[in-house]
Amino acid sequence: MSVNNLLENWSQFRHAHPVDDKPHDPYKWAMSIDLDTCTGCNACSVACYAENNLPVVGKEKFAHGQVMHWMRIERYWDEDGRDFPDQGAQFLPMMCQQCEAAPCETVCPVAATNHTADGLNSQIYNRCIGSRYCSANCPFKVRYFNWYDYPTTDNVWPAEMTQQLNPDVSVRGKGVMEKCTFCVQRLHAAKVAAKGEGRIVREGEVQTACQQVCPTNAISFGNLVDPEARVHQQWKAQQVELDKDEQEKDGEHGRSELRGYRILEELRPYPSVMYLERVRESAI
Amino acid sequence: MEKDIREDIAWAKINGDVLKSLENPRKLYWVIVFAALAAFGVGVGCEVYQYNVGMGVANLDNPHVWGLYIATFIFWIGMSHSGTLLSAILHLMHADWRKPIYRFAEAMTTFSLMTAGLFVMVHIGRLWQFYYSLPYPNERGIWPNFQSPLLWDAMAIFTYLSSSVIFLYVGMIPDLAIARDNIHAGWRKKLYTLLSLGWEGTDRQWRNFRVTYLTVACFLIPLAVSVHSIVASDFAMSQQPGWHVTSFPPYFVAGALYSGCAAIITLFIILRYVFKFEEYMTLPILKKTVRLTFAIAMVWTYLNAVEFASVWYSHDGASKDVLIQKMTGTYAFAWWGMIFCGSIVPLVLAIKRFQTNIPVLLVVSLLLNLGMWLERWMIVSPTFSHGYYPWTWDHDQWPSLVQWGMVFGSFGWFTLLFMIFCKVFPSVSMYEVKEMVYHRSLHLKKGDTAEQGAH
Repeated sequence: MSVNNLLENWSQFRHAHPVDDKPHDPYKWAMSIDLDTCTGCNACSVACYAENNLPVVGKEKFAHGQVMHWMRIERYWDEDGRDFPDQGAQFLPMMCQQCEAAPCETVCPVAATNHTADGLNSQIYNRCIGSRYCSANCPFKVRYFNWYDYPTTDNVWPAEMTQQLNPDVSVRGKGVMEKCTFCVQRLHAAKVAAKGEGRIVREGEVQTACQQVCPTNAISFGNLVDPEARVHQQWKAQQVELDKDEQEKDGEHGRSELRGYRILEELRPYPSVMYLERVRESAI
Repeated sequence: MEKDIREDIAWAKINGDVLKSLENPRKLYWVIVFAALAAFGVGVGCEVYQYNVGMGVANLDNPHVWGLYIATFIFWIGMSHSGTLLSAILHLMHADWRKPIYRFAEAMTTFSLMTAGLFVMVHIGRLWQFYYSLPYPNERGIWPNFQSPLLWDAMAIFTYLSSSVIFLYVGMIPDLAIARDNIHAGWRKKLYTLLSLGWEGTDRQWRNFRVTYLTVACFLIPLAVSVHSIVASDFAMSQQPGWHVTSFPPYFVAGALYSGCAAIITLFIILRYVFKFEEYMTLPILKKTVRLTFAIAMVWTYLNAVEFASVWYSHDGASKDVLIQKMTGTYAFAWWGMIFCGSIVPLVLAIKRFQTNIPVLLVVSLLLNLGMWLERWMIVSPTFSHGYYPWTWDHDQWPSLVQWGMVFGSFGWFTLLFMIFCKVFPSVSMYEVKEMVYHRSLHLKKGDTAEQGAH
């Protein structure tokens, strides 16, 4: 516990500004989600449960708002006067936005949530004391708290199913906060493999679980710094940049062809997830 | 103006009256102690259950990750402030009337801080790892996060608590010596002998004592202001609608002094009866406290109005929505209850007839504190129920009985500590009451001489 550590190394784990602070080199993991192709099938959510050892809390706790879905599908009904079943619905997959200037990071009293050099918002389960300040300050409310000791709770994982838990992901005990990690275990494995060959991870070598299962390819994920990456090209085509806090098209009142936006950009957390607006009639 | 204290009380009588409180209080004392013990037991039971099963039993959820624990934490922190106001600030201002009542007010400060500390503990998800939030030397080279208002909080409270304990203790030394000299042999005599540090009342001791006391008092005042400002930063520094308000620190400090003064009135009335302190805790002193409370109530009301107005006329739609939710949504009853108890009820205190009416004041002071508790709840919960992200709006979350049980238990814990303190230590400052009596008699004598000279 040296003062040196506090004064000099600390800033590595904080980002106040996505570009000015420290360049993302060689990785900046980012995502884009095309809401026009999303059908709301929930496959991403299910895949996330399987990949990240998420506890299945059951109906009662779900109703209490204690569900642990890192990836949630939000359903919004169209308000065009039609009633169900004619009423249209829209879906929005929501997970941790891996903000560059994350509101959750600065408030954690024990520094359990930090910024990594490759642009992730990490969560250290062993360090977390469960003050839940991060969740309180998260504008998206995508952080999930272990309200119970799920691994020992009945029915969360029936006995025989403990064998199918992902060994690359720790099972969280009670009293800690958790959230989407962009499947950091996969990223890490890919980085290690690439490093062995003396290069960086190429486009397509790593997929998040949600991306992998999406039947309509609505989710693309990759290295934003890599010009070859699909996510890079999408962000560029939509003129969405990491350090913007508003899109030019917002001033053009729907005349723009651009569809890219990031949620709650105006709060300047600089999220790493870009959404593409729906173009279908019901979306207007 | 009536006099604060009779000038013809003999010093031996002061000693006798106050020391009697260490021996034989009224029966009501024991009733209160056992009721407090029972209430505390309920709280402990709830905590054991929550510790074993998980925070989920408190009925917290996403987005309601904070609940009554944080609200009640602020409440107890707030209550601690008036002790410092009475004992330190009024000491510097030479307001003599504080003398008979500051001791118990200062004890209230210490014990309400201890109660607030408990809420930090029951709130966190991994209680067994609370020490991670302290900057202790460790083999991993890890510091806590100095950017976090919660960390500032932990440090501010710890500093304030330790300073308050020192202040309470230092101010008590001459009285402990009196107790040492007068009490029958037994464990208490040993305790007082130890704690009075060989006090003999020599000139040199008195001089050192005065300097020390004044120094600690000066040190404590900025702390009292900073502590609640920092608690306010927990909210004001966050980004959430309804919390991200610049006026929060002064608003919190005003609210703190307000609830503290109300609590002083309540405890004044109880102690005065239970320990038969009618001679010292006189009605004129109560009247002054009541007027102080009224003034602070109006400051609080004003700051409330400032906050609402600045939200209402701002362009921050989300904050405005939260405000409208508070007024009309699920929590409307609590919000309007807060306005009623916090801003309407204190108007009673403006009426002269009621300023010394004990039953009325007891009811009013309890209502004021109810209002201030509701205020804290209304700071915490509505923001969670109606935040930035509409998908997570949740207007139907209610604290479970476990949460209520712990809130209830905290009152038991506080009362228990306070009542035990008053029985073990002199809760009226004997040496300062003597000073007060002495100054009054001096004043009178001067008046007499002047009169004689005129003849």
